[in-house]
Amino acid sequence: MSSKFNVSISPHIRSRETTTTIMLDVIIALLPSVIVGVCVFGARAFAITMLSVTSCVASEYIYEKILKKPITVTDLSAVVTGLILAVNLYSTAPWWIPVLGGAFAIIVVKMLFGGIGQNVMNPALTARCFLLLSFSRIMTDFPSLDGVSKATPLALAKEGVYTPVSDLLLGTHSGTIGETSAVAIIIGAVYLCARKIIKPREPLSVIISTGIFVTVFNLIQGREVTLDYLMVHMLGGGLLLGAVFMASDYATTPVTPWGQVVYGCCVGFITALIRCVGGGTEGVSYAIIISNILTPLIEKATAPRPFGVVKEKKKREEEADAK
Amino acid sequence: MPVKTFRGGVHPRDCKQLSENAATVRLEAKGELTFLTNQHIGAPAKPVVKPGDRVLLGQMIAEAGGFVSAPVHSSVSGTVKSVSLKMTQSGDEAMAITVENDSEYEAVEGFGEPRDYSELTKDEIRAIIRDAGIVGMGGAGFPTAVKATVRDDSKIDYVICNGAECEPYITCDYRLMLEKPDDAVTGMKILLRLFENAAGVFGIENNKPAGIAVLSEKVAGSERMSVQPLKKKYPQGGERMLISAITGRKINSKMLPADAGCVVVNYSTLIAICDAVTRRIPLVRRVVTVTGDAVKDPSNFDVPIGINAAELIEAAGGFNCEPEKLIFGGPMMGAAVYTEDLPITKTSSCILALKRDETKGLEPTECIRCGKCLYACPEHLMPIELKNTADRRDYKAFEAAHGLECIGCGCCTYVCPARRRLSQTITMAKRYVLAEKKKGAAK
Repeated sequence: MSSKFNVSISPHIRSRETTTTIMLDVIIALLPSVIVGVCVFGARAFAITMLSVTSCVASEYIYEKILKKPITVTDLSAVVTGLILAVNLYSTAPWWIPVLGGAFAIIVVKMLFGGIGQNVMNPALTARCFLLLSFSRIMTDFPSLDGVSKATPLALAKEGVYTPVSDLLLGTHSGTIGETSAVAIIIGAVYLCARKIIKPREPLSVIISTGIFVTVFNLIQGREVTLDYLMVHMLGGGLLLGAVFMASDYATTPVTPWGQVVYGCCVGFITALIRCVGGGTEGVSYAIIISNILTPLIEKATAPRPFGVVKEKKKREEEADAK
Repeated sequence: MPVKTFRGGVHPRDCKQLSENAATVRLEAKGELTFLTNQHIGAPAKPVVKPGDRVLLGQMIAEAGGFVSAPVHSSVSGTVKSVSLKMTQSGDEAMAITVENDSEYEAVEGFGEPRDYSELTKDEIRAIIRDAGIVGMGGAGFPTAVKATVRDDSKIDYVICNGAECEPYITCDYRLMLEKPDDAVTGMKILLRLFENAAGVFGIENNKPAGIAVLSEKVAGSERMSVQPLKKKYPQGGERMLISAITGRKINSKMLPADAGCVVVNYSTLIAICDAVTRRIPLVRRVVTVTGDAVKDPSNFDVPIGINAAELIEAAGGFNCEPEKLIFGGPMMGAAVYTEDLPITKTSSCILALKRDETKGLEPTECIRCGKCLYACPEHLMPIELKNTADRRDYKAFEAAHGLECIGCGCCTYVCPARRRLSQTITMAKRYVLAEKKKGAAK
């Protein structure tokens, strides 16, 4: 009777979910958008997606190899970054854009800050903004549909032309690879919520607050707000994509329940500010990375109240009542 | 009746089907018995026998070492072999009395004789509970007499029986619900005599429909007793979670259940109270579940306290393969032990033998800030933040982030996809802070 058993501190069982399975779920949720993108914009969209993913994974691998760190590419987070970067690019981009963007996202934004979970800003979006500022002409070259180069719904809306809602839902209009089809993005969102990877409050707070602030800013400026106009803002452009896949990014958004709502409203406010008051047509990417910086502050201010712990002020009041 | 619960928690597979249909089997000790003196929270009991003494079944062999303490009784008749330090399940050493069983079961006078509780005064009932060495049998082992002694009896409006049994695998309370519901109801009636304004509520998780049905039938027609089904969720049986689910009141680490007008006792404890008050039997036996995929015939045994765990495993058919892990208690909060040569205590509810150690070789990776630990924490803490403060040994920040509120349930570690050892680190930091506070107070 001297058999030896393993000894460790409880708990002795673990849930099946790991970082890799979570990343896999995000990849699955992104697939509908990528597929629609490839169908609408052709093989070039597929090539860009592949280049972006390969660049991200290779950058992470090479970086870790050179610095003799444990190789973490199997957690699939680099694949997610690559996909998110790709769906934010136009299919007209030259081959080196996704390659450079992927390397920037992984090396500069993610690895230099300490790797997974440590980055301050969303890697894919920061890379996109970096590309947008550095190569603005290439990055705003709208792809053509049916052989005709067309502006995106938001750009058209500035000129008073509203894209029909059916086009916005299906994705048969100009835009980046993944942002055009609202239906595809919503399928991904429902999947993520059903798998409990994200909470519905994260995308909803972004979308609803954007709608509210767009209305408010337009009314302040004395412009009329129609339903068609609002639909273009909500469904056209990168809002849905950003709300579902980027404003819910784990590393760069608050973990506290109320913090997520506050964060979503920040994104909505800045997006509406850029779109309606500023000169830009888009604004979600900048709104998200600016709000990323506010995350630690928001988190601190919205820490949940522990079970059964009464706030000091309330406690004093209660004690006074008792007396 | 609507199912009640609390916010947070996790849903591990409950694996109770292994042993839930195994009727309780009475088992007597073959070898010697070891009675530890620290089977409860508080001061250890003081041995009152010496080697060579003959002891009887039900005889007190160690007296309470203070107010928060409990005496220990012999569960057999026989000869005291030694009074010495012995290894406990947690790996500590504690004073223990070893008794050689003579298998005659000669009992002390009055043992097992019926007594009518309706004629006893409150003080008499409390004295009986205290002298019977009854402690919380769910795992914590808080002396029941201390729990039942509150400043103002009339302010207690709930006596809650904890029948949640939320830990996976364990089925001892469930079996007792089916086999001894009358004793539990009597135990509850005895407690309700102490607290004249209280309602007696049996809180039972809804993965035990048969238990809910049996007890509902027993309390039907009673004005003061009821059964409250609870959602199957770990840690539903945590005292604070149970109170919150049933009454909606919330207590923190600085409060006692009595501050929320509640007294909470485990289901097995109620039966022990019934035995002590109506049959003059001190706490000398308990039901233990022996289960796990490495056990041949998972069973529930009614055993004398002090019996060697190896005897229970043998009675359950032994191991069907060499287990990687042996756990005293459930898989979420139980203690992993390296040998089966340990005595059963008042708080041993389960012996769990697992073929495969799930946690073996699980290396933590970087936190991805998914926030799952936050949503799982039944105390609504931020385990992610607490671990960070504990890792950099910033105990001030640890306290400021309410680290002392942690109940150590392990939900955060269970859910963490990055396999970080959150609850382990937090528990260690909490122990350190509490020890420092004690030192400070001593000065």
